[in-house]
Amino acid sequence: VLVDFLFELRARKVPVSTHEWMALMEALALDLHDSSLDGFYHLCRAICVKDTAQYDAYDEAFLAYFKDVHVDALRITEQLAAWLADPRNLERLTPEQQRAMRELDLERLRELFEQRLREQRGRHDGGNRWIGTGGTSPFGTGGRHPTGMRVGGGGGRSALAVADERRFREYRRDVVLDVRQIDVALRGLRRLGRDGAQDELDLEETVDRTCRNAGEIDVVFRPPRRNRVKVMLLMDVGGSMDPYAELVSRLFTAASRAGRFASFSSYYFHNCVYASVYEDAQFRRAVAVADLIAHRPCDEKLVIVGDALMHPAELLDPGGAMYVAGERRASGHDWLRRLAGHFRSAAWLNPEPDRFWGGTTIEVIASVFPMWQLTLDGLAAAVRFLTRGGERPRVGDPSRWVKAASER
Amino acid sequence: MTDDAGFDQFQGTRSYIASDELRHAVNVAVALARPLLVRGEPGTGKTLLAESLASALALPLIRWHVKSTTKARDGLYVYDTVARLHDSRFGGDHDVRDIARYIKLGPLGEALAAPSRVVLLIDEIDKADIEFPNDLLLELDAMRFRIDETGREVTARERPVVVITSNNEKELPDAFLRRCVFHYIQFPTRELMAEIVRVHHPDLTDRVLDHTLEVFFGLRATPRLRKKPSTSELIDWISALKKSGVDLARISGGIPFLGTLLKTEHDLELVGKRAKA
Repeated sequence: VLVDFLFELRARKVPVSTHEWMALMEALALDLHDSSLDGFYHLCRAICVKDTAQYDAYDEAFLAYFKDVHVDALRITEQLAAWLADPRNLERLTPEQQRAMRELDLERLRELFEQRLREQRGRHDGGNRWIGTGGTSPFGTGGRHPTGMRVGGGGGRSALAVADERRFREYRRDVVLDVRQIDVALRGLRRLGRDGAQDELDLEETVDRTCRNAGEIDVVFRPPRRNRVKVMLLMDVGGSMDPYAELVSRLFTAASRAGRFASFSSYYFHNCVYASVYEDAQFRRAVAVADLIAHRPCDEKLVIVGDALMHPAELLDPGGAMYVAGERRASGHDWLRRLAGHFRSAAWLNPEPDRFWGGTTIEVIASVFPMWQLTLDGLAAAVRFLTRGGERPRVGDPSRWVKAASER
Repeated sequence: MTDDAGFDQFQGTRSYIASDELRHAVNVAVALARPLLVRGEPGTGKTLLAESLASALALPLIRWHVKSTTKARDGLYVYDTVARLHDSRFGGDHDVRDIARYIKLGPLGEALAAPSRVVLLIDEIDKADIEFPNDLLLELDAMRFRIDETGREVTARERPVVVITSNNEKELPDAFLRRCVFHYIQFPTRELMAEIVRVHHPDLTDRVLDHTLEVFFGLRATPRLRKKPSTSELIDWISALKKSGVDLARISGGIPFLGTLLKTEHDLELVGKRAKA
């Protein structure tokens, strides 16, 4: 009977394994739950739920299963947030569609929103009516209604500077990278060396020296093996990277785990690297790229994560940094080349599916930095390249872009 | 308390007040003979739980305090090669051929080799390397291990009661979590807190107790605090107040000995500013 409850839990993303379920059955057989529902509640939670973040979902499942109480009010807001946190399916707008979208004033918009919220029953992506992601409805996030209302999330895609460059973007489920997979892939990124305090007994050497010493004990210590790889991570955030925010944050989590690298630093940028990068994702604490190049050792591994998609002018024109004031003489392309010139090994990880790379600024950037798609395979290949070198992947033909820029 | 006391073996002790949920989780872990993983804010008495459990069950307690350099093997045994080399050179009254003399059991090894049931505390398991819990899986599952140097197999006669604490500094691996019974110690409610303070300071009058709790929960409710004061800090604070002889009923102005409750400059400044405003 209880098996349904197991699936109820799993449906709510509480990862209960068979192992735990068997333990629960064993506990029930021992009557550890006092034959009461309250007892069962605590017993099942202690055995099956291992993360406080999942307690709430457990409570929900429990209520739904045992009391037939629906907690819809709570779920609607949460679900709404969940739909919106997860933008998908950005459609390219045709001029007709754009015309079709009437400009709405704020009052009317608010009224409509409340009405839709009452009517809507499920997740909705794309399309032009319901609250959801993508699509051309005036409500939701990541959509492209010019005067629409943004609900949750951030960074709609209707920024005019990039609107024409957008292509169909699909939400991938086939290769989902979780933190652990990334963790495993990053384990390859190491160069072990003995460094630091000598606190490990070198048994072989001790025996060897002692023998040579005619039995006089000669104890030899050595420093333990540690990873000596230094890593710098540059991350593109905001705007067109919003659909990949979760993926990038997983990569960051895995990379920043304590003790992984000899040194690890991370910076943020928006769209393209210009004169500065930032220590925080809110772009408050700037660090000059020129300083990074001057002070960072060139054997640091540079890993850049970004979709490398922008208007060609934002990459190639000297004044292309439309979000950044300050030095405007060098283009984003120049700054990228300076970085690539300094760091001996670097890689660019792109969450954008590689079949859409052709004919965009990705081609240009891939000619500066060796680029891989941010999938398990791509990450593994990038790690191989960073540790052992090898051939860089070829992407398209960037020459026409550079020519176009010099003509401009 | 004996084994045939049945399921409700742990009821808290005179000096340790446990919530119903915690008692239940402990009893489930004991009955299923699985490790109990306890998480919670620092200062909510995770470590004390093992001590009080040991005294409630009248079993000896073996502690293993995990540090960032601790290796899983250290918990089982350490082979002291240097001492053996030393003895082989300078003689002494030891028989150097007997490797067993140079094997020292670690806390986990001791718990498994113990002649009777013990309580084993693995404290702050998340401090060690991420692989540390994974390295313990087999030993905690099977409750036995092998000393490679001597070929001796150590098997627990009675499965020890294992209490593991974690401060949530690192994610623990799934495979490890699957084998544990989990409990999150919530911060005590005001009623429970009053009971806890009573246990430590039985001579406090109701009015004073009320007043200190008022100040304490007021502090915890201060927004943007970097580190909220914990139970153990509250108890320390009350001790400090008592020792100094400050009239506890009149602490409304500034809070004396604020340093026992707040531990960062930022927090002290913040509370200072709010008090003035």
